[in-house]
Amino acid sequence: MESKVLRRLERAYVILIFAFLYVPIAIIVIYSFNATKSNVVFSGITLDWYTALFNDDDVITALINSLTIAAISTAISAVIGTVGAIGLERQKFKGKGAIDLLIYIPIVIPEIIMGISLLVFFSALQMDFGILTLILAHTTFCIPFVLINVKSRLAGFDMSVEEAAMDLGASKFTVFRTITIPLIFPAIISGAMLAFALSLDDVIINFFVSGPESTTLPIKIFSMLRFGLSPEINALCTIMLLATFVVLILSQVTKLKKKKIE
Amino acid sequence: MKKKKVDFTKILTIVPISFWMLFFVAVPLLYIVFISFMQRGNDGGIVYTPTISNYTRMGSALYVKVFWDSIVIAFVTTVFALGFGYPFAYFASKIKKFKIVIMLLLMAPFWTNSLIRTYGWIVILSTSGVLNHALIITGIIKEPLKMLYTYGAVMIGMIYTMFPFMVLPLYNSIDKMDRAFIEAAKDLGASRLKTFRTVTIPLTMPGIVAGCILVFIPSVGLFFIPDLMGGSNVMLIGNLIRNQFLEARDWPFGAALSIVMIFLSLILILVYVKIIGKNSDMGVF
Repeated sequence: MESKVLRRLERAYVILIFAFLYVPIAIIVIYSFNATKSNVVFSGITLDWYTALFNDDDVITALINSLTIAAISTAISAVIGTVGAIGLERQKFKGKGAIDLLIYIPIVIPEIIMGISLLVFFSALQMDFGILTLILAHTTFCIPFVLINVKSRLAGFDMSVEEAAMDLGASKFTVFRTITIPLIFPAIISGAMLAFALSLDDVIINFFVSGPESTTLPIKIFSMLRFGLSPEINALCTIMLLATFVVLILSQVTKLKKKKIE
Repeated sequence: MKKKKVDFTKILTIVPISFWMLFFVAVPLLYIVFISFMQRGNDGGIVYTPTISNYTRMGSALYVKVFWDSIVIAFVTTVFALGFGYPFAYFASKIKKFKIVIMLLLMAPFWTNSLIRTYGWIVILSTSGVLNHALIITGIIKEPLKMLYTYGAVMIGMIYTMFPFMVLPLYNSIDKMDRAFIEAAKDLGASRLKTFRTVTIPLTMPGIVAGCILVFIPSVGLFFIPDLMGGSNVMLIGNLIRNQFLEARDWPFGAALSIVMIFLSLILILVYVKIIGKNSDMGVF
């Protein structure tokens, strides 16, 4: 039958493209366990490269830096993004249109522009480039992701529940704590997880606002790549891939749960 | 005078976000606009004397070539991503059985560090890499080919890196499309091609335009792919801007280049808003 053949061809095409997307990633993962230094011949399984990695102080420092920056900027952007989403969704004020527009700027302009504008800005303020400037920069590009996530959740829910609670004598703060927060919580979590993943993975902005003392993992990978290929890079990349996948799956699971509740 | 009660909720919810966005987004960008009209000092600093020379300098053949090359690379990347991505998203959206798995497989590369994904290709394409090895073993070639550090390598790196940004909005818009329209067109006797051209394409236009913008804009600025995969053979606007800020230390000229790049992006976004209308996100969140 014609349609059956066609369907097989379609499936084959989908599989082929998925292969194109995943083969390069798979190669990194596979060769991170290779017993020899080669990226071509596979000659047995070893964890040596992971051991070497964990004994490499520079890598460990970079890992700690990246995790610290991601954790702090995620926390700040979760708070400012959530509170801001409530404000922008429910309040009317002068200049609201401008703020609404500014939220989208970090998402739509090329990352390199964000990077250089913050570089110039921080040096005009005579700040030292390091963990602090990285946290400020990461928070800036993370806020919009949390805010948009939470705002779309707020737009979809029934305000009458809150009004009912107020009519029954609950204070504004009680309503916020016992009704609003639980309702938007899944959106905060999935927004925060995306923010965390974005912060860990960012390459371009790190380039411009990090200092010599504050190497992050992507910067470390970049400089390792410039010195030539080594299986340690494979191991490092595999760990980062694993972290991204875990965060992504968790955020999708919370999203699915949210949908089920609805 | 009317007495106005201070609304603390309002202040508390509006001030932090407004302050952060003004201070870390608006002010730095305005400052870039400002220094793009200033001069470079001999020590690499900024001399505050107004000039438009940073903009007129871009007219020289060298810089025109960089702009032209960047736009061509970004355009070719977009065309390839759309050409391969549309049928892929279309066929993938037909598979209902493993929908969650497919969604995850589509999203994972989107959220994966682009440096790592580039690295995968370096391993494949390098002279002593997987592909050369396979070609020699099978007897197709005798000497390893120089595949890395070429124009082609940069193209592959770009298409590969940007592909998920095309596919995700496409998949979302195709998935949302009401297939009853297609059935109706078929029942009324339209051919497959005609149905596709007059029904499917217009219905999925938001995804197409969003995908093209999400691919085109970043690909002009992805300086690390030409760096790592093109050696010094390929130079994009992104590389040029990066060099002005981190190597040549000509900030005013770098700022002027950035302003031109912002304008390029804004024009594209206006096109998006014009075609699709304001009230649609780009379908990637």
